[in-house]
Amino acid sequence: MNEQALKEFLYKMADDTLIIGHRNSEWTGMGPILEEDIAFSSMAQDQIGQSLALFTLLHQLGEQEPDTVAFMRNANQFHNCILTELPNQEYDFSIVRHFLYTTSATLRWDMCTHSSYEPLAQLAKKVKGELRYHSLHARTWIQQLGSATEESISRLQRSLELAMPYALGIFEESPFEKELVAQHIFEGEKRLMEKWLSAIEEVLGKTQLVIPDLKLIQPVLGGRKGQHSEHLQPLLDEMSEVFRTEPGAEW
Amino acid sequence: MYGGGNTFEGIKTDSLAQEDPQKLAAFEARIARGEKIEPTDWMPQLYRKQLIRMIEQHAHSEIIGALPEGTWITRAPGFKRKMALMAKVQDEVGHAQLLYSAAETLGKSREEMINDLISGRSKYSNVFNYPTFTWADCCFISWLVDAGAIVNQLANAKGSYGPYCRALDRICAEESFHLKYGHHCVIYLASGTPHQREMFQEALNRWWTPMMHFFGPSDKISAHTEILMRWKVKMGTNDEMRNQFLDMYVPKIWELGFTIPDPALKKDPATGKWAYTEPDWEEFKRVINGDGPCNKERLAVRRVAEERGRWVREALKSPKMNYVTPLA
Repeated sequence: MNEQALKEFLYKMADDTLIIGHRNSEWTGMGPILEEDIAFSSMAQDQIGQSLALFTLLHQLGEQEPDTVAFMRNANQFHNCILTELPNQEYDFSIVRHFLYTTSATLRWDMCTHSSYEPLAQLAKKVKGELRYHSLHARTWIQQLGSATEESISRLQRSLELAMPYALGIFEESPFEKELVAQHIFEGEKRLMEKWLSAIEEVLGKTQLVIPDLKLIQPVLGGRKGQHSEHLQPLLDEMSEVFRTEPGAEW
Repeated sequence: MYGGGNTFEGIKTDSLAQEDPQKLAAFEARIARGEKIEPTDWMPQLYRKQLIRMIEQHAHSEIIGALPEGTWITRAPGFKRKMALMAKVQDEVGHAQLLYSAAETLGKSREEMINDLISGRSKYSNVFNYPTFTWADCCFISWLVDAGAIVNQLANAKGSYGPYCRALDRICAEESFHLKYGHHCVIYLASGTPHQREMFQEALNRWWTPMMHFFGPSDKISAHTEILMRWKVKMGTNDEMRNQFLDMYVPKIWELGFTIPDPALKKDPATGKWAYTEPDWEEFKRVINGDGPCNKERLAVRRVAEERGRWVREALKSPKMNYVTPLA
């Protein structure tokens, strides 16, 4: 098994889920209704837990401790897609981003249950159960707000147009795409994107929302290569503010 | 978590004049027998008013209390702390949800309660009007403010109003984990580097007065609450609760080698009562009336959250909304 290809793939997933989990946790205490505070916090806990599990797999492959990798790297060493690092903005953007991201994550983890890398396949079977609820949450809100009032529909439409170029960046291919597919570690970003498109079309088709014409959209790429927006480094600085004050200390 | 030392409505001598004396006697007899009062049971107006006020203050304290600790979720050092703190703060918001529901059984809607919170009409625990400057302040809250809350809540869980007691039973079970988490964090600071120890000592110095305030004004100066005690709305005096807290936690703080900033703090072995310097009750009054270090900021955050979420709540009421059947 090409270990470099595998590690690259695991880092990408771990960083996605760490960063989106961090963003989702920012809703704690700020949600439009208490139930949403609680829901976003639950999903954030799952996501941070998933990233810990992935960093633990990487540690078993010889990488540094999970805390060190998560809290001590700089932005250019992170491989998350840019969609996950964008600020939460208003609830409409957060829920649309959550829907686009979670749909892809649910499918990705589902595909990972067939991975030839057995520890990942095992983990994916467990995570799949958590993702089912994230996905249900996202679809419910998109369907409800996407067909309710003029304001909710237009807000979601605007956010959908804003998020879509970044969402396409989820599927930015790695330099090891061929190896991953050939060695059955992962079926590949192309395949994932096809499944994702039909999944989001199915949900959005039940609403008043219109999917922007993908042919006219320039995907925002770079995240998978460590080229990020201006929003990631401040997020990481905040995340490691305490951790970095006393190198080597236990908290 | 939750602040003790609730403020109650002023009780006028004729508060019970309009109540049916027979019903009132039967109501009081039920409480004396240890029965719980349920939402559809007869109750005096004053009982209803005081309970709404108390449960509502408790609920507000949970959501406002989520703010000073919540700001540390994004900065918690390491996976273990980050995940635990997220779960803890989420519990607090969940407590607010339970408590608003308990208060709603008495006839005031969640929306009305939240409006009263953000307009400043109803109160929440004073302790959350103080800032969390460092990670150690956040650990102080998780351990000791939650410990104080448990002292109050365990007592109140034996009160007379059924829905509130049942909510408190569930809340106390979760709070006991918060306490363990908070204590664990503080043990790590205590046994860590000199800088980590110093961080906690400084937090202790900052938080001691608000912690003493937490249980409410001294019995010598607090309002007459005899009827509330008889009705099992209030389950112990402020000083009794404060003494119980000191008795349980001062030895634990000393055990970790920290100095509590009150040279007069000492237990009288004969009476079991703790002697301490009375905290500045003028400061307490000032803060509860809106002039604390963070009152404006806390309410502003809540107000912004309400304002920004309005369109979502309105959309949920729309008849055109696509109903999605939940998957069970």
